[in-house]
Amino acid sequence: MSDNLIEFNNISKFFGSVIALKDVTMHIKRGQIMCLLGDNGAGKSTLIKTLSGVHKPDEGEIIVEGKKTVFDSPRDALDMGIATVYQDLALVSLMSVTRNFFMGREPMKGFGPFKTFDVKKANSIASERMGQIGIDVRDPSQAVGTMSGGERQCLAISRAIYFGAKVLILDEPTSALGVHQASVVLKYIVKAASSGLGVILITHNVHHAYPVGNSFTILNRGKSMGTFNKKDLSREKLLGMMAGGEELDKLEVELKEIDRIVKD
Amino acid sequence: MSTKSKSIQNKSSDERLRKVSKLKVLLNRPELGALGGSILVFIFFGVIAGDTGMFSAYGTINFLEVSANLGIIAVAAALLMIGGEFDLSVGSMIGFAGICIAIPAIYWGWPLWMSILFAFSMAVLVGYANGILVVRTGLPSFIVTLAMLFILRGATLAITRLITGRTQVPGLRVLVEDDPIAWIFSADAFKFIFTWLGSLGLIELRQDGTPLATGIPASVIWWIAMTLFATWLLMKTRYGNWIFASGGDKLGARNVGVPVGRVKISLFIGTAVAATIYACVQVLDAGSADTMRGFLKELEAIVAAVVGGCLLTGGYGSAIGAAFGALIFGTVSMGIYYTDVDTDWFKVFLGVMMLIAVIFNNYIRRRVTENK
Repeated sequence: MSDNLIEFNNISKFFGSVIALKDVTMHIKRGQIMCLLGDNGAGKSTLIKTLSGVHKPDEGEIIVEGKKTVFDSPRDALDMGIATVYQDLALVSLMSVTRNFFMGREPMKGFGPFKTFDVKKANSIASERMGQIGIDVRDPSQAVGTMSGGERQCLAISRAIYFGAKVLILDEPTSALGVHQASVVLKYIVKAASSGLGVILITHNVHHAYPVGNSFTILNRGKSMGTFNKKDLSREKLLGMMAGGEELDKLEVELKEIDRIVKD
Repeated sequence: MSTKSKSIQNKSSDERLRKVSKLKVLLNRPELGALGGSILVFIFFGVIAGDTGMFSAYGTINFLEVSANLGIIAVAAALLMIGGEFDLSVGSMIGFAGICIAIPAIYWGWPLWMSILFAFSMAVLVGYANGILVVRTGLPSFIVTLAMLFILRGATLAITRLITGRTQVPGLRVLVEDDPIAWIFSADAFKFIFTWLGSLGLIELRQDGTPLATGIPASVIWWIAMTLFATWLLMKTRYGNWIFASGGDKLGARNVGVPVGRVKISLFIGTAVAATIYACVQVLDAGSADTMRGFLKELEAIVAAVVGGCLLTGGYGSAIGAAFGALIFGTVSMGIYYTDVDTDWFKVFLGVMMLIAVIFNNYIRRRVTENK
């Protein structure tokens, strides 16, 4: 059997007469970061929702650790260890770090009807986990609203890992971040992968994807343009493929034309 | 208010964490405003009406009882508000629960305890109906429960007039004495302390030597017990975390597995049940049910919850705050009689207090949610 953590083979998804995805194939290995790149409308969102169990694919198969699987709900995917961190992060900004970290999965103590939320344990786990990423949460009861965008992203990822994710699907984790914060988040993603997780990193930012990715799948108008290993692909080539190289060339010609007119 | 737009605002901020002083932590507590307000109100009346008997045992019991009645529904309303919804049908539910107790007991010959249980089961039904309508339709709870406000009040009036030909149902007092459970809502607690204090001459006595204030009314005990229970729920249980999450970000909460629908429905049942507790206390104390009982109480409950630090948008607030909000309300509404101020001004005070509270809460929310 291959060392693929998860395989998506020839996945297609149709909405009525619209072909949202056609024959998309991706393999994710343990400890590797697979970047999924594509411009707006390329079908990234549909693909994520299919991977995370929100949509059922109309064609193709999903194989998790060698076993063919059908996800009936996001819960199913989660139980298989496939955790998706959406752009909205599923964090409540008015709630504390701890309460967010354990939202929906609170650690309990006591017996029967007197079971209570073990705040102390939750606080210490949350601080410890955030500390591992290098975010010093001196007061885990502080509201998430006071954290920076990068810290929130890291909190959401760290939560997914704590609750047993084997495959992390990250939807545009750096899109709303500044340069420094994006690098903090990317560093954390690399660290997570090196601990044995498979990561699917969805982005349209080549400059963020290229340094961290091991392989790259490019999506264009619902179809995969193929998966490339890093050694077979330069940054420029990737950039060209992603934006549709011809269009970029055309743009360059037009820009030169404008430049010439201005000079005259 | 999406997290995304906020993180855009935050992108220039630093990764390091500021040191937050103890005072700032305290300033961020939701119940701070109501606590401070209560202290101000007590100082005010202590200076203005300190020598009038307002703070005698009898006077104190009086304003505590008014506070407690409101507090019972305000605490439940606060939980619902933290969960992100309103219940405007609370006042009508009080009237409805009242006749659910009185009509079976007086006209159908049910034992009182059975009518009380009947009223509570009706409350669960009404709360469930409110909850399921809000959760299933996705309509604002404001509209759904506004409809329920009219439906319940109308039904209360129509049914009562149909069965009794009147709008009041008296004659419950005699039933209270022998009933096995009615005392839960009507008996005074700690009577012996009051009798003892009376015999020492420390509190006022009647002509016959019994103390004027006979004990702590059941409503006050309910108020305190419900506040403690709600606080425990919010701070110490899984369900409490779900309440905050459901009100703070419905979709986010659902995505991580919080049963948002069930949480909201149970909170609607909570407000209806609290309204029924209020009705039991009132009906058994007065000995009669009135179809207009509880009129406008839903708005007073919301005022108390807001003064207590609950955000109208949900996800933030406290039960203790709502209890203090009710205390401010009760103290001022009774205290005003001990001053030279015309009681007509009470509503003006109420409105101004609510405005100040909302502005203050808004400021707190900005402090808590923004990384500035």
